[in-house]
Amino acid sequence: MSLEPQELDELTSKIGRKPTSTELQIVAAEWSEHCSYKSSKKHLKMLPMKGPLVISEKGYDSGVLDVGDGYVITAHIESHNHPSAVEPYGGAATGVGGVIRDILSAGTRPIAIFDGLRFGDIEKDQQARWLFKNAVTGIADYGNCLGIPTIGGEVEFDECYSNYALVDVAAIGFGKKKNLIKNHAKKGDLVVLLGGSTGRDGIGGSQFASDSLESENRSAVQIPDPFIEKLIIEAILEARNQNLIHAMKDLGGGGLSCAVSETADALSIGIEMDVNKVHTRESDMNPDEIMVSESQERMLIVTDNDKFKKIQEICKKFHITCSVIGKVTSGNMMHVKKGKKTCANLPTDLVANATLLDRPSKKPAYLEKIEDEKKLAPITDYSKMMMMFLSSPNIASKIWVYGQYDHEVGIRTVVKPGTDASVLRLDNGKFLAAKIDGNPKHCYINPREGAIGCFEEACRNVVCTGATPIGMLDHLQFGNPEDPEIFWTFLESLKGLTDFAKYFEIPCVGGKVSLYNETPSGPIKPTPIIGILGLIDKTPLYPQKIASGDCLVIIGNTKNEMGGSEYFEYIHKFIGGICPVVNFEESKANMNTVLNVIKKNLLKAVHDCSKGGLGVAVSEICMTHQIGCTVSLDKVPGPKLDADRILFSESHSRYLLVLQKKNLKKLEEILKKSHVSYHMIGVFGDENIRFNLDRKSIIDLRVDKAQKTWSNSLRELVVHG
Amino acid sequence: MKVGVIVFPGSNCDRDMYHVLTDVFKLDAEYFWHEKGLPKNIDAVILPGGFSYGDRLRSGAIAAHSPIINDVRKMAEKGIPILGVCNGFQILVEAGLLPGALLKNTSLNFMCRWTSLIVENNKTPFTNKLKLHQKIPIPIANGEGRYYVDELTLKKLKKNNQIVFRYSEVVNGSTDRIAGVCNEDGNVVGMMPHPERATESAINPIDNKPSSLIFESLIKTIGVKN
Repeated sequence: MSLEPQELDELTSKIGRKPTSTELQIVAAEWSEHCSYKSSKKHLKMLPMKGPLVISEKGYDSGVLDVGDGYVITAHIESHNHPSAVEPYGGAATGVGGVIRDILSAGTRPIAIFDGLRFGDIEKDQQARWLFKNAVTGIADYGNCLGIPTIGGEVEFDECYSNYALVDVAAIGFGKKKNLIKNHAKKGDLVVLLGGSTGRDGIGGSQFASDSLESENRSAVQIPDPFIEKLIIEAILEARNQNLIHAMKDLGGGGLSCAVSETADALSIGIEMDVNKVHTRESDMNPDEIMVSESQERMLIVTDNDKFKKIQEICKKFHITCSVIGKVTSGNMMHVKKGKKTCANLPTDLVANATLLDRPSKKPAYLEKIEDEKKLAPITDYSKMMMMFLSSPNIASKIWVYGQYDHEVGIRTVVKPGTDASVLRLDNGKFLAAKIDGNPKHCYINPREGAIGCFEEACRNVVCTGATPIGMLDHLQFGNPEDPEIFWTFLESLKGLTDFAKYFEIPCVGGKVSLYNETPSGPIKPTPIIGILGLIDKTPLYPQKIASGDCLVIIGNTKNEMGGSEYFEYIHKFIGGICPVVNFEESKANMNTVLNVIKKNLLKAVHDCSKGGLGVAVSEICMTHQIGCTVSLDKVPGPKLDADRILFSESHSRYLLVLQKKNLKKLEEILKKSHVSYHMIGVFGDENIRFNLDRKSIIDLRVDKAQKTWSNSLRELVVHG
Repeated sequence: MKVGVIVFPGSNCDRDMYHVLTDVFKLDAEYFWHEKGLPKNIDAVILPGGFSYGDRLRSGAIAAHSPIINDVRKMAEKGIPILGVCNGFQILVEAGLLPGALLKNTSLNFMCRWTSLIVENNKTPFTNKLKLHQKIPIPIANGEGRYYVDELTLKKLKKNNQIVFRYSEVVNGSTDRIAGVCNEDGNVVGMMPHPERATESAINPIDNKPSSLIFESLIKTIGVKN
């Protein structure tokens, strides 16, 4: 929990004296990788951040998008990996709490939560099972209590996360544009700390998150209290309605050090504060502890004297505490006192802006031969294999997870979890679709193409509901950036994302970088997570009941891209091969075509092809709708391939369209004109999922049996081991 | 005619309920904070769902001692229609206005899913437009939703026709599949499922009409908006 020697020298020379102990704590917190982005910040600038709908304001912790009619949505993504790996319940819960306060900081009401969870191999690893179970409960207990629906996410298991956990939480807010907090402050304004008391939990949390996880440090994990958070949300929104807030920031990583220095730096003001005024949980806390405690459920507010009196009344109603801890000064100093004694007096821009680094990068050696394929053991019975595949943890239904999350509260959820993307109704009659996706298996084989694939997959998922992507959130999770090979994978992923974002004109509205995701057994696979927000002007595609005789059409080419596929890794235990590559032109044409035919009202349902390939995607439709389907694999567009490659290749840009037979001609006319690869490949009916190649049966499964194992296997695994 | 929606610290379905009452059913509704009293001109009271006091101690246990509960009790005695949904039901039970207790689900998990109810008593102010044994597709969302009563009380409930809704399937281990009950007079009703999440076709994938009848029953009982 200290500065690097060269950082200490830098600090000493810049302030021209030896720093005090409080100053060291403040700067160590703020210059940690977690708070300062010192390894990544220079490079993150390459992402396009502007767009016609993007509203940028200084000091926002979340991205803001204009959705018309005077309304905005806000979005943000965070992770809580290190804490969740040590204490999954509290780590995951406080991860939710933190991102919710980022949404609240802009003056918008949080309306949805998403979470991406990654753990070790739960089939073999008892510890991974424990982490998984408790992280899910942590998210459920926190989000449910707040009354904010958790409407989507993803869960993945991979050996690279053994003894570790990735817990990513994204949140969306909604509000009136006129109610956005326009962060500003003037000399003499009050600096107020509102909410939970400051305790000794989470001390040094941001430094803890900026190091490899080698020892358990439970005191660095924060303690969740969703009830206080709920009261804070309502109190803040009431204060916002009465225009009582000049500027606002949540307390997260780095605690008061970070919130005070960053607020002052963003608004070009000075702040003088007294640690004696901070309401604490314990009476004997010293200034250093108070400044870096990461106790949860706290907000920093700048307001004036008269407005503060009204804020006090609101806090009284909700029985929450608010303390004036300081005031805005002219100049740019962050002056921390204990009574009359000065503990720290530092220029805010010095604290808030660590010197950015130029880390060296080098292509990892492991990539040299990764694309070579080995000879695979022959599969004798594909039906049997398919049954096992459908019950495997990564493919199995995640209903055990999302069934524990209240996904209905707020009564906006018009398309529910368990489909490609959930859809929320907005107050202006429009709809918002959202999804987060990651794919470390692809990213490990090809960090650039894998990251682009995550981006495209998230886009595909919202497109399946009829939504046009309007904004992207990225969360870049990698190992130790000081390792040039790891830093290379970070840069490759980032460049890929940038190229895709620019080509599709989808601005990055928020993001986060999480590095040092390592355990004693090594770094995680590169795990960029992409969240996509999509807007629907009129009506989403509500999945309709599929009937016997309905047709299945595929758009997009199935290619020999097996690297990082579930089929290679789960069935053949082989990591390698060529990972799927997105062809930008093809991707755009397919996306626009699908949106076009959804608008024309020709379809009953659309589903994307992703993890597990065509075989799994068709089965998912059948199991969800409890109807059989007979698919001719020879009709699938693309190069000529063996049956298993057609079934399980994870090529991107593919969509499965379900429609009534009477609409088929009309659909084919449009598809022909759109110059996309497509073919009708199957007909729905009876009780079996069948895949045939040249009239020979490859797979034949009863839907009800498949559905039962697919729905129950994850719960069985967690509950009974 | 005015419906009071009571808000406790931690209520989180209050705004959903208010939206359904005012925007969907055009009723006059007003929020009442738990520390305030209820005015005399209230014609019906709804205790919405949520996590009052963060479910500390037991769900509903602390809210049941809120000042406003004294007024709710007086109104209950006067025969004014009172509905508790989810946490609202738990509060009414903890306040002794309804019999029984709500325990942790047999799954030991929070459960959010759709199920269907069967109407067992269509004489209450919230069910008088429903048919006996009518099915209502509706979502549940709770962790402590398993209704429990001892055998003696169960007999009494049956005898007095106090079982208002049953689940059509085994959902969470509730005694006799009970999902909602009323007091002896029938004017105080509590239910674990969320009718306010099922009255609009946009958010109800199955059929929104049966749940709407719960609110239309209330309108029939107290009359329409002034």
